[in-house]
Amino acid sequence: MKRYLILLAVMLVGVTAISVALTIGFCVSTLNNPFFVSFTNGAKAEAQILGINLIVENARNSNSTQYSQVEDLIQRKVDAIILNPTDADALVPAVKDANKAGIPVITLDRSVNGGEVAVFIASDNVAGGRMAANYIAKILKGKGDIVLLTGIPGASATRERTKGFMEVISKYPNIHIVANQTANFDMAQGLTVTESILVAHPKIDAIFAENDSMALGAIQAIKSAGRKGIIVVGFDGIPQGVQAVKEGTEALDVAQQPYRMGALGVSAAFFTVNGLKFTPAHLAMPLFPLTKNNVDAWIAAHPSH
Amino acid sequence: MSKTMNSDFIRKYGVIFGLGGIIVFFAIESPQYFFTISNFMLISKQSSINALLAIGQMFVILTAGIDLSVGSMAGLTGAIAAGVTILTGSVFWGFLAGLAVGAGLGAVNGIIVALAKVPAFIATLATMSAIAGITLIYTQGQPIWNLPKEFTFAGQGEIGDIPFPIILMAIVFIIAWIILTFTKYGRHVYAVGGNIRASRAAGIKIKSVLISVYTISGFLAALGGIVLASRLGTAEPTAGTGYELDAIAAVVLGGTSLFGGEGWIVGTIVGAYIIGVLNNGMTIMNISPYYQEVVKGVVILLAVMLTSFGKKFWNE
Repeated sequence: MKRYLILLAVMLVGVTAISVALTIGFCVSTLNNPFFVSFTNGAKAEAQILGINLIVENARNSNSTQYSQVEDLIQRKVDAIILNPTDADALVPAVKDANKAGIPVITLDRSVNGGEVAVFIASDNVAGGRMAANYIAKILKGKGDIVLLTGIPGASATRERTKGFMEVISKYPNIHIVANQTANFDMAQGLTVTESILVAHPKIDAIFAENDSMALGAIQAIKSAGRKGIIVVGFDGIPQGVQAVKEGTEALDVAQQPYRMGALGVSAAFFTVNGLKFTPAHLAMPLFPLTKNNVDAWIAAHPSH
Repeated sequence: MSKTMNSDFIRKYGVIFGLGGIIVFFAIESPQYFFTISNFMLISKQSSINALLAIGQMFVILTAGIDLSVGSMAGLTGAIAAGVTILTGSVFWGFLAGLAVGAGLGAVNGIIVALAKVPAFIATLATMSAIAGITLIYTQGQPIWNLPKEFTFAGQGEIGDIPFPIILMAIVFIIAWIILTFTKYGRHVYAVGGNIRASRAAGIKIKSVLISVYTISGFLAALGGIVLASRLGTAEPTAGTGYELDAIAAVVLGGTSLFGGEGWIVGTIVGAYIIGVLNNGMTIMNISPYYQEVVKGVVILLAVMLTSFGKKFWNE
C-alpha cells in the first residue's frame, strides 16, 4: 500500500521531466469481461498522459495466441511488455524470451511462475477471499449453511480466492459449506447451478460467488425461486455488481480497482524503463469491501470507465 | 432406403430408456429434492434454451450438415435484442431485431454451404468466430443490463403456473414435429441428408432446402439467445459460448445420425432433457465439478455407443 502511494506521488511530481516517447506492449488475456475492459481503459488513459505509444493485444483467453503476441512485441523491440498472462505456466517461455531480448516484463493482475519479472501488480485475491469469509462469519454470527460458487477450475484467481475463503471459514466449525460448485465465472451458469442448489437445500444462509457475474446469476436464481434472507457476496466490483449492492440484493462486493491497476501497470513500466527498480517486486492493489453503507462514496469516486 | 423396424425401435426407445434410467438413479440418490414436480419444472426450464438450439441443429444435421455457430449466434442475437430494446424503448422491436439477425445470419451460413459449397463444419466454424467477434464489437465487452420488465418476460414470466420458456419449447417442438413428420418440406429435409443424388433426381431443390435449414437453425438460436438474455435480465458479451456443443450432443443423444437422413424429433427433446437432468441431478448431489464433466462425456459416449451398436446388433 505504501509503495503504491510513493509511486503515485513520484508520478505526479516528476513526470514532465522525462520526455521519451516509449512504445510499450500491453498483453491482456481477454476483453470479454467488464473487468478487463476497465483494466485496459485505465492503461490506455495513463499511456496517453505519459505520452506512451501503447500497443494493446487481446489474447482471447488463448495461451498460444498470447505467446505469439509477446513474440511479435519482442520482434518490434518494444521498450517494455505489460503482461496479463492467460496461464501462469504456459507464458513462462514468453517471459524468458523477453528477458533474453532485454525487454523488461511487468505482470498485471495474474502472475507467471518463472522468468524475470520487473514488478508484479495484482489484487491480493487470497486477502479478498478472506475478506468475504470474515464478512459472512460476522453476519451469520459464526453459524449457518453456506454455498460456494467457484470460478474456472485451475485459474489462479479461483485458486487464490478459494484458498483465502477456506482459510477463514475453517475456523468456524458451525458454518457448513453445504454446496461447492463451479459456475466458471459465468452469469448463466451461476443462475442454473444456484437454481439446482436451492432445490437441494431449503435452508441457505449465504452464498459466496467468486466473481460478480456468478453472484448476479445467483441473485436471479434466488429471485425466481422466491427465496428470502440469503446473503450474497460477490467479487470484482463491476458496475452491475455495484448496482446490486446499492439495491441491496448483493450484501458485499469485494471490489477490485481494474482501471487504477491498468494505469498503475503502465506507470510501473514507464519507471522501470527509466531505471527504477522495485524491491520487493510485488505491489498488492488494495481490495475494497463494498457494502450498502459505502457504495455511494465508491460510485462517486469511480465514474464507470 | 428402408429401415428395419428393430433398429428404429432401438434408436427411439433406447434413448427414452436412457433418460428413464438416469432419472431413476437420481431419484434414488435424492428422493425428496430431485424427484419433485417443481424440480422437474426447473429441469424443463433449464433445458429449454438448449432444446430450442437443438431443434434447429437437428434440421441441419438431418441434411448431413452441422451448425457450429449457434452458440455465438445466441450471444449476438441476445445482445442485439437487448440493445435495440434500449435504443427504441420497445421490446417488440428488440425481439424482432434479434430474430431477424438470427434468421439472416443463418441464411448466410446456408448460402455459404449451399452455393459456395464450403463444408458445413468449416463454414460454421468460421461464422462462429466472426459472430463472436461482432458481439464483442457491438457490446464493447460490456454487458447490456437494466432491461425493462417486459424484456424479462420471455425468460422469467409465467403463463398459468408454467414458466414461459417451457411453453415456448413446447410450441416450437410441436411445430417442428408437424413439419418433419407430415409436410413435404420435412420429407425433403430427410431426403437431402439421406441420399442427395436421389433427391436431385427426384427434382428436390437441394440449395433451397439447405439454405432453409440453416436459416431455421439461426432463427431458433436467436430465440434461445433472447430467452437466455431474458432469464438473466442481462445480455453478456460472452453469452452462448459453447452452447453449440450441448445442442449437438442433444441431437446425437436423441438418435439422429450425423450422416443425415435419420432422426426422430422426440429423441432430440429427450436428448436435451438427458443433459438437463444430468446437470441438475449432479448439482443437487453436490458432485465435484471436476467429475461432472467426465460423467457427462461418458454418458454421452455410452448413449451413442448403445444406439449405434444396438442398431448393428439387430442388423447383423
